[in-house]
Amino acid sequence: MSFLTYAWNWLRQPAQWHGAGAIPARILEQLGYSGLALLIAAVIALPLGVVIGHTGRGAFLAVSLTSAWRSIPTLGLLVLLVVVLGFSALTWLVPLVVLGIPPILVNAYEGVAGVDPGLRDAAAGVGMTRWQQVLQVEVPVALPLIIVGLRTAAIFIVSTATIAAYIGLGGLGRYIFDGLANNNYGEVAGGAVLVVLLALAVLLLSALVRHLAVPAGLRTQERRSR
Amino acid sequence: MYLTTRSVQRGSAASLALAVGLALAACSSSAPGNPLTPAASSGSVIVGSANFPEDELLAQIYATALAAKGVTVTDQFSIGAREVYYPEIEKGAITIIPEYNGALLATAVDPSSTAATTAQVDAQLKARLPASLEVLDPAPAQDKDSVTVTQAFAARYHLTSIAQLKPLAPSMVFGAPPEFKTRPDGQAGLRKRYGLVFKGFDALDESGPITLKALMDGQVQAADVFTTTPQILTDHLVSLADPKSDFAAQNVIPLVYRKGVNATIVNTLNAISARLTTAGLLEMDKATIVDHENYSTVATAWLKAEGLPS
Amino acid sequence: MVWSWIPGNLGLIGQLTRQNAYIGIVSAVAGLLIAVPLGIASARWRWLYPPVLSAANVIYALPSLALFVALLAYTGLSDTTVIIPLTLFSLVVILPNVVGGLRAVPDDARQAATAMGFGPLRRLAQVELPLAGPVIIAGMRVATVSSISLVSVGQLIGVGGLGYLFTDGLDRDFPTEIYVGLILIIVLALACDLLLVLARRVLTPWQRHGQSGADAAARLAWPAARAAPPRRAGQAPRGGSMP
Repeated sequence: MSFLTYAWNWLRQPAQWHGAGAIPARILEQLGYSGLALLIAAVIALPLGVVIGHTGRGAFLAVSLTSAWRSIPTLGLLVLLVVVLGFSALTWLVPLVVLGIPPILVNAYEGVAGVDPGLRDAAAGVGMTRWQQVLQVEVPVALPLIIVGLRTAAIFIVSTATIAAYIGLGGLGRYIFDGLANNNYGEVAGGAVLVVLLALAVLLLSALVRHLAVPAGLRTQERRSR
Repeated sequence: MYLTTRSVQRGSAASLALAVGLALAACSSSAPGNPLTPAASSGSVIVGSANFPEDELLAQIYATALAAKGVTVTDQFSIGAREVYYPEIEKGAITIIPEYNGALLATAVDPSSTAATTAQVDAQLKARLPASLEVLDPAPAQDKDSVTVTQAFAARYHLTSIAQLKPLAPSMVFGAPPEFKTRPDGQAGLRKRYGLVFKGFDALDESGPITLKALMDGQVQAADVFTTTPQILTDHLVSLADPKSDFAAQNVIPLVYRKGVNATIVNTLNAISARLTTAGLLEMDKATIVDHENYSTVATAWLKAEGLPS
Repeated sequence: MVWSWIPGNLGLIGQLTRQNAYIGIVSAVAGLLIAVPLGIASARWRWLYPPVLSAANVIYALPSLALFVALLAYTGLSDTTVIIPLTLFSLVVILPNVVGGLRAVPDDARQAATAMGFGPLRRLAQVELPLAGPVIIAGMRVATVSSISLVSVGQLIGVGGLGYLFTDGLDRDFPTEIYVGLILIIVLALACDLLLVLARRVLTPWQRHGQSGADAAARLAWPAARAAPPRRAGQAPRGGSMP
């Protein structure tokens, strides 16, 4: 039986969809863990990225740190926090936030830094203050890239939230770890498929957000230069 | 000219050398050979262990003693739960693994078995194991599942036995390894023999820090804490009596792939089993888990103290 | 942190580090070896790229643990079971960089090569790929760092290099092991990253060192200072620990 057949057979069972630990509940848990982590990562990384992009200071440091950042093993961080902090929200939040910061930061920085200097001049020329320049010109122009960063971070976080189940939490990872322990490949496969579908849903959602949020002019510019 | 021929050639030569070097490195793998072919007969073995410290300690004891007897040993420790490694040993990808007779019988071999004593369990195992596997002599040492509560909880409800939990269960959450939910001597067994229906079940780990923290923090009110877990002593936990023997005997026993072992190996393992007591095992668990000593150090020390090959 | 634990366990630490390095590097290199031909094809035949990239995105979204378990039935408890999914992840990271790098090769360079009599294959090997070199290496850096980091997740099926220190450290409530594992993985990953930076200097000596833009831009797979570079979905910096 193929991986997908196992998954399909398991997903078909109505028992999986009703009750306390059922699929809808687990999906909500996964989204809950992910959403909060993404929010916090964005709150930290977006302003930082925008500032670095705008001032150009700290760019080298930020970009160099990203390499080191990417090498942090999420499992290791999670385990360390369990041993040091015990069970608190921070235990699963910190690894997920740490994971989400680099893509958001780097993309925000590159987006703002890549804004046409002519636009900056024009904004200064019309008398915009620095804040107005950033918020009304640079960020909107950098928006496509910022959204790409948020989307990448969202996918990383949603997928990695499966690992929260390793320390006894919920979410779709529960199916993978329980299935593993029970030699129930259907459960493992089903859980994996659900995570993928969720990640794809995030992809689609971000495409929608991009369509709505990015001004039509920028979208056309992108399409033309393809 | 931008790209001098020499610089490009140097670049190409460097990349070629890198690729060849890596390809050569790739040929010498650190894996224990093709896992689908059985271990080379008799002369060399693969000792595996499950994913909890006590089993790794036992595997280390086996491996050290066998190596001292001249057997070539490869170790494959910390694999996963029984449900992951059992198919591997069945086809000979692993040769030896320390097991617990009761759990092995109830989970992998014969779920309908009602054998409870060591003798009964071993007899059933010998009769029902697949042809490719066999179990050697059981050790006196047992590490059983249990229903364990905190000292405070036991005191409040004057608990000494699992049977007393029946009226309390519906307001309790039970914590155990994930496989406890489906294993016959697990949740189903407790329900059948004691009428326990818990409010909830939390899948945690193999009587490890997550289970213990959950029990101490009150996230679960009772948990499956294995009886040689040293924290039972250090945290003053209370393991409730099991008068109806839901949890069958759980003697430490070597499970081996028949074709992979010879007389030397069998005799060495049996000699180890003969000298392994529950007290000795608990002491070694405390040394490795609480005092953080190395598995190999503790294993070698015990073997020496017992006069076994080390 | 119990420092005295380290000297007594150098053998174990060395063995785990070697396994971690081996699995991580082999995966990244294998990913590169697949990504280059695939990328060349995708750059040449543009219709190929969107479906390939979509398939890659789907694979990247799969939790690595699920992939390890799926492969257990076929490749057993061996390094291979971890190498295959990590190779796929590396491929996903490097592929956009290969395509982007090749597409960014200036037309003048191509035309000059053709004018000099280079056939398409020679042009590819001696002009286009070298010019795309920095960008491809940037992708390779991300892939290598991520692979080395992700090996630890393999510990959940018993093949995890330094990840063993995480699970054992958790099982025994022993933070020292966990710290050692964390530090060594980070050091190992950064060492490989540095090696690749040096490799880039050696392999592409025509790059002027003063170009600080090169580092940052290479990270994003596009040469520096373009007004509205066609930043595409696949070109966002990838990589990161994603079990």
